[in-house]
Amino acid sequence: MREIRNAARVKFCAISENEAFARVVTAGFLMKMNVTAEELADLKTMVSEAVTNAIVHGYRGRDGAKCIVTLELKYYSDGLLQVTVADRGCGIPDVEAAMTPFFTTDKEGERSGMGLPIMQAFSDSLRIATSPRGTRVVMKKKLS
Amino acid sequence: MKHHMEEEKGVLTVHITGDVDHHSAAQLRQSIDARLTESDTVHTLRLALGETDFMDSSGLGLILGRLRLARERGVRLVLAQPTPAIRKILRLAGVEKDIETEGEAV
Ligand SMILES: Nc1ncnc2c1ncn2[C@@H]1O[C@H](COP(=O)(O)OP(=O)(O)OP(=O)(O)O)[C@@H](O)[C@H]1O
Ligand SMILES: [Mg+2]
Repeated sequence: MREIRNAARVKFCAISENEAFARVVTAGFLMKMNVTAEELADLKTMVSEAVTNAIVHGYRGRDGAKCIVTLELKYYSDGLLQVTVADRGCGIPDVEAAMTPFFTTDKEGERSGMGLPIMQAFSDSLRIATSPRGTRVVMKKKLS
Repeated sequence: MKHHMEEEKGVLTVHITGDVDHHSAAQLRQSIDARLTESDTVHTLRLALGETDFMDSSGLGLILGRLRLARERGVRLVLAQPTPAIRKILRLAGVEKDIETEGEAV
């Protein structure tokens, strides 16, 4: 049976400085676990992508210091790591389009439109729940 | 993220240390573009990535944007010592073969 072994949840302002903060939190959570260098790099990238999307797209046009992003990490007895990133922003109108490589709604920001495809490729599963009241991205990755 | 630039015989090398993410990419882009557009001696833009600890899709956007700008200006773009993590992202985006690289990061 799968049992929870460790969990952490942090809430922070939707400002770009906190993209690095979220990566450091993730690396700290994994510090005592036997993750490979590649797994650690993948997980930092997945978290960075999801947090950046919340800040750039979810809270677009708003004062980020007054908006909250939640990062939750859960580690299970069978080696599964679950990463959840949630915002209370504008939501994704068309998730299927958003998942398409090179799709972006932010052309002038010089975005590549590869964030979600990277999250999908680096995780074992990616689930998105979204509405005009916010977005929750849940990524799972089995650690070796 | 920290960066510094040096130009030698038309090769503009940008040494990038630390993390390239959405937060740091804007500043890096501005200083590269300023240098590139004010110079008419640069024929090669070389991004030195051996000490780049982290890069996500914001860094990919920066690389692809510089590739576009470089081509417009007839400048060659080279990525020096891209780390395995950076190569992985380039490969995933299907642009690995469109971009010239030199050396492996150790
Ligand atoms: N949390 C979110 N809230 C609202 N819209 C989102 C959110 N996450 C993603 N999106 C939408 O999905 C699109 C695709 O996201 P994705 O991360 O793949 O690319 P991007 O962020 O536009 O570019 P990149 O990640 O390469 O810089 C975004 O342009 C945006 O329209
Ligand atoms: Mg993105």
